Amino acid sequence: MEPAVKEHVQKEIDRLAKKEVFIHLETTNGAYASHFDETFFSSGAYIRNAQLVYEHGKVTGKGPYRVGLKMNFGWVYAEGITHFEVDEDNRLLLAGHDFSGKLAVALQISETPFE
Amino acid sequence: MEKERHVLVIFPHPDDEAFGVSGTISLHIDNGTPVTYACLTLGEMGRNMGNPPFATRETLPKIRKEELEEAARVLGIQDLRMLGYRDKTVEFEDEEKLANRLGVIIGETNPSLIITFYPGYAVHPDHDATGAAVIRAVKELPADKRPKVHCVAFSNNCEEEIGQADVVNDVSAVIDRKIAAIKAHASQTQLMAANMEESIKNQDPEVLARMYKERFWTYKI
Ligand SMILES: [Zn+2]
Repeated sequence: MEPAVKEHVQKEIDRLAKKEVFIHLETTNGAYASHFDETFFSSGAYIRNAQLVYEHGKVTGKGPYRVGLKMNFGWVYAEGITHFEVDEDNRLLLAGHDFSGKLAVALQISETPFE
Repeated sequence: MEKERHVLVIFPHPDDEAFGVSGTISLHIDNGTPVTYACLTLGEMGRNMGNPPFATRETLPKIRKEELEEAARVLGIQDLRMLGYRDKTVEFEDEEKLANRLGVIIGETNPSLIITFYPGYAVHPDHDATGAAVIRAVKELPADKRPKVHCVAFSNNCEEEIGQADVVNDVSAVIDRKIAAIKAHASQTQLMAANMEESIKNQDPEVLARMYKERFWTYKI
């Protein structure tokens, strides 16, 4: 992955707007967080292959970035995006890695389902 | 260490075998005992992507599969089975179906010893669910056909509740292979492995104790 470039990410978000797309959205602090620090409240969520259409989307902030996709009937939101890649299947992979390099958030948009 | 007929190792993630069990696996293989390793997932949801990141959420499974194969090769495991479950979802599988699937592997390999996680004391929900499914599968067997089950436990409360490990294997004779197995899981262990080697060189007593002694709790079924 490359450090996120706002203009490039925006172009990709535009490319995938108004189409049926599949979304992978994830936030995680790892299953071991509360094991190593019992005062830490562990939480996380992910959805893989949610099928939707967004009308438009935006990448904002000075980095790490925020991304919001506006649908007819709702929103998709991710915060903390640091890296991006358009992979060989033309899927937009956005990820946020924490200060030690561990994945903390992911938002991925594809025209075909993720495996 | 007792000589076994066949050892079956069942864990949910590539690298689960590396830290706590790879020395014991090596000792069994040196003993001439065949080892089967059934790994339920490919650790698809791992958080270590390299720094700077060389893996993505989508390439990680392929990378970790290759690392798992390399670790098996380093340890001399001939029979590596990847069961195709998904990381972080094992606890949501149908428990009976999962136990039956593991039961088939137990039936096929006819192990005298199974190594897995101690359900309830293995921190990650996939670990606990895997251990529970193994115990359920073993309970299905007639009492005189049941293999021994050695469990790995490491939750903060485990010694308070289940006491001290009753099986402690000294793996210093095969420590090089153990380190090689840990290193094989490069995407997950890169930083850690470097620190570990340094600590071993400096004879850090805590690291030595953890690396050289593998601890198991015999599950009483
Ligand atoms: Zn694990």
